[in-house]
Amino acid sequence: MALLSINNVSIRGIASCVPKSKIFTKDYPYFSESELDLFVKSVGITERRVAPAEVSTSDLCFHAAEKLIKDLAWNKEDIDCLIFVSQSPDYFLPATAIILQNRLGLSKKTMAFDVGLGCSGYVYGLQLMASLLSSGNIKKGLLLVGDKSTLSTHIEDKSTYPLFGDAGCATAMEYNPNASIMYFNLQSDGSGEDAIKILDGGARNTVRPDTFDIQEIEPGIKRSRRHLSLSGIDIFNFALKEVSANINDLLAYAHVQKEEIDYFVFHQANKLINESVRKKLKVTDLTKVPYSINLFGNTSSASIPLTITCHLKSELKKEKTILFSGFGVGFSWASCVFKSNEIVCSDLIEI
Amino acid sequence: MDIYEFTKQIEGEFEDVEPGTLTPTTNYREIKSWSSMYALIVIAFVDANFDVQLSADDLRNSQTIEDIYKIVMSKKTS
Repeated sequence: MALLSINNVSIRGIASCVPKSKIFTKDYPYFSESELDLFVKSVGITERRVAPAEVSTSDLCFHAAEKLIKDLAWNKEDIDCLIFVSQSPDYFLPATAIILQNRLGLSKKTMAFDVGLGCSGYVYGLQLMASLLSSGNIKKGLLLVGDKSTLSTHIEDKSTYPLFGDAGCATAMEYNPNASIMYFNLQSDGSGEDAIKILDGGARNTVRPDTFDIQEIEPGIKRSRRHLSLSGIDIFNFALKEVSANINDLLAYAHVQKEEIDYFVFHQANKLINESVRKKLKVTDLTKVPYSINLFGNTSSASIPLTITCHLKSELKKEKTILFSGFGVGFSWASCVFKSNEIVCSDLIEI
Repeated sequence: MDIYEFTKQIEGEFEDVEPGTLTPTTNYREIKSWSSMYALIVIAFVDANFDVQLSADDLRNSQTIEDIYKIVMSKKTS
């Protein structure tokens, strides 16, 4: 069971970068008026950011990292580890984290590697980095997360196209013997592998002549085997069943009462799912559950740090008890709870 | 919650259905504004009120509001 506690690690800062270009849900040509109203009300997305062809996830993460390093006045030579969590890497190989090590001007003494996770990826990344820093053998780490999900959706697929936005975020973490304990609960269920999937292009199904053929899956849903498919009901049921249970187990393990938590920062999946999770947890104070989905859509692993950038910039300077929960593709889900202290949140970067 | 209250509450989840239009024997798929989004809304409603999860199969195997009600009740007692 991956319930664990990690000592001696602080989150020092968070920065988020999004493309300037906005797409408005009201302009989506494949929604009827009633579908549009229902989508905006239930899913909660009115606009989102879409990166142009020449901008990749690593570009968004690069700008977030540069800004954060500057705002923290960190010396690049001191960064010992760089982890890039994404499902839209620059290439099959080499790993994007290594490319970013060089592009950011980090030392060759930096360890750098990629992690292929989506919506749960921020919490997994925090856990990985925290466990590397905890011993004090290495002192500073940069966790870069995000996705260019809009690359993988087809405009005639109503079940995916209006949902996703692009974003990249950087989180600075540091060895700190005075840090309070970070508690994690990380889970996986590969029986849900088909719920969110891109079928072709990997080593299981390599690209073939019909990979890019657009097929009508059902009315309102057209896509190719290279596009993202998403089963809303399966994901919803997964989230209803697992997310609040995972959080309750974490809180019992950490001996933290729900009432002690100042902010519940959830992955921004869709408002209906998130509100259902909130109600299951019996969190009634809406100010404790910030949202960024309305303006940015579902931004995959970037959604938790992006929500912090948008809403908790000044709050995280103070000591607060914070809970993060990420859940989705895999299925993979994870939560963590910790006391924040003096986290520097950079202003949102738009490129 | 009896079947009539259940029907009334489900009706309340729909944006553009006049009150009193739906009955237990209404085929919910034939409601004009029905879409896959409403499947999620019905699942959320059932989860919140009965702590029961409707699967994709449950919905596939049901036609009327009464069908859903029966599935919810059987899951609730099992």
